[in-house]
Amino acid sequence: MSLDYTTPQFIIERNRDRCIDCRVCVNQCANEAHIYDEEEGRVVSDDSRCVDCHRCVVLCPTRALSVRKYPLEYKEHGTWTARDINAIYKQAATGGILLTGMGTDRNYRIYWDHLLLNASQVTNPSIDPLREPMELKTFLGRKPESLVIENGRLAEKLPPQLELEVPVMFSAMSFGSISLNAHKSLARAAEEMGTYFNTGEGGLHRELYRYGQNTIVQVASGRFGVHQDYLNAGAAIEIKIGQGAKPGIGGHLPGEKVGTEVSLTRMIPRGSDAISPAPHHDIYSIEDLRQLIFSLKEATNYEKPVSVKIAAVHNVAAIASGIARAGADIIAIDGFRAGTGATPLRTRDNVGIPIELALAAVDSRLREEGIRNQVSLVIGGTIRNSADIVKAIALGADAVYIGTSALIALGCHMCQQCFTGKCNWGIATQDPNLVKRLNPDIGARRAANLLRAWAHEIKELLGGMGINALESLRGNRLMLRGINLTTKELEILGVKHAGE
Amino acid sequence: MKRVYAREEVCAGCKLCEVHCIVAHSEYPKDIVKAFKKGIRPVARVIVEENRPVSFALQCRHCDDAPCTKACITGAMHRDPETGVVVNEEERCVGCWTCILACPFGAIKRDETGRKVASKCDLCSKNDGVPACVAHCPNEALVFEERN
Repeated sequence: MSLDYTTPQFIIERNRDRCIDCRVCVNQCANEAHIYDEEEGRVVSDDSRCVDCHRCVVLCPTRALSVRKYPLEYKEHGTWTARDINAIYKQAATGGILLTGMGTDRNYRIYWDHLLLNASQVTNPSIDPLREPMELKTFLGRKPESLVIENGRLAEKLPPQLELEVPVMFSAMSFGSISLNAHKSLARAAEEMGTYFNTGEGGLHRELYRYGQNTIVQVASGRFGVHQDYLNAGAAIEIKIGQGAKPGIGGHLPGEKVGTEVSLTRMIPRGSDAISPAPHHDIYSIEDLRQLIFSLKEATNYEKPVSVKIAAVHNVAAIASGIARAGADIIAIDGFRAGTGATPLRTRDNVGIPIELALAAVDSRLREEGIRNQVSLVIGGTIRNSADIVKAIALGADAVYIGTSALIALGCHMCQQCFTGKCNWGIATQDPNLVKRLNPDIGARRAANLLRAWAHEIKELLGGMGINALESLRGNRLMLRGINLTTKELEILGVKHAGE
Repeated sequence: MKRVYAREEVCAGCKLCEVHCIVAHSEYPKDIVKAFKKGIRPVARVIVEENRPVSFALQCRHCDDAPCTKACITGAMHRDPETGVVVNEEERCVGCWTCILACPFGAIKRDETGRKVASKCDLCSKNDGVPACVAHCPNEALVFEERN
């Protein structure tokens, strides 16, 4: 064996005055970073195995543990950072593509943090949401050009709509990439809060069909788990074209994660790799997309809205216009900071455009073309808090998708090791020993709490602006002001600079 | 009566129940570090049974017809007439282990840290409220409730 040049990323610090050698850390670390030394009768750590997931730190009953960055300095260099050097060591050793999980960890500009919200002062009254009614209800789907009303009632049937009590849905994360307990948690939380969770491309487990009214079923390039009952089980169907964390490439669920349940749900042999091709092999144009959209509508009797999910890329506005014209009811756009279970590092960190700019560009384009009413816009990719949601709505989104935030609510500690299948929090794993660690009762409660808390905050922010219905904020960019942005950025965002 | 029930499907096998059982029955029930580092450390009265991925915490079931109470040669093992909890009066226990033979669950352990006595779950009856194992289970895999 030749020398491995990699060095530990983290150092595990154990306060010996507090450690009681109870071995909870040992039995909870799937990476085997904690070891019980029988001879010495004490617990020791192997720093090189630590991925900084905090499982041991949180479970340690005496708070004896902490994890720090490994105190190894590389000689200072403006170009060659430790990150660059270690990537080369790894690739020189393996000859492989670098894999990673979650959204990009590079410091790209987050436009949400350069947008500020308005509030009412003197000339218009603000509203106290604790004393006055406040409406967050959102309908997603195609809206008619005009309403025909006879005898005070709608004379024509409206196209199918999704009805959301909060403008937040759980974004597509497949059973396979995340555990069944994670899926259960999200499904139950969606039902409790009057919103939707998205199956992702891995089908819907038979135990979850009962949550169909709160489910968006996804049809992706691999067509895993897609059949008539599946399509009819959900409240809406989403065609997945792309994903923000890996635009332009497909997916690969390794065979070791395809156990009995994943195999049954995806309708593939146990232990076989589940490979989603980069393109849909039946979609090479907007016209082809239109065929799939209408095939799915036909299969479900035109009773369910069809969404098309794309990654935010350079020509996103023109593409979105095409999707609207192809007959989609909802367009979901995933920004380049969006998360994933596994993605090639270079793709994640370098491909796509920020969701804020994509959203503004798409909303503007659809308005200019007079077709904004034909589709609802749902955006995702780093919605970190309720303020991000309010800003997204003001920029033109109808609702948002949250993936990473939802997983953090379930206990994810952002160690970015989802692709290893050793998620110590029972989320991104199929190992039955680890899946048990996520109690779906607790998960559902926490995910629902997050939406509840954010709904309160959204109402507070709306009230401050003197707005009593989210609908009045939608696309209302006058409620936004930019700071530290260039003229071009402000122009694309369609937002005035603070002070203007 | 209220008993502790395990939810095997969400037991993470962390054994924090055992840790907190030790603390609750130690000389320092409010200081976990001292409970482990000072004085005599009692044995855990809850046992995590494991055959991965199956794991669950087992403790005395406080059987209605508790065989241990019938087997006990000194009358140390008895049912508290008020609470219904099966407890071992350690002063009277002679450490003959007959109760261990009689217990159908294997929920009684030998405690040889001091005088030889049988050690078993007392539902933390010295402190009112929820047993320590239930209170400290990080995944709600132990519940304390009345079931028929």
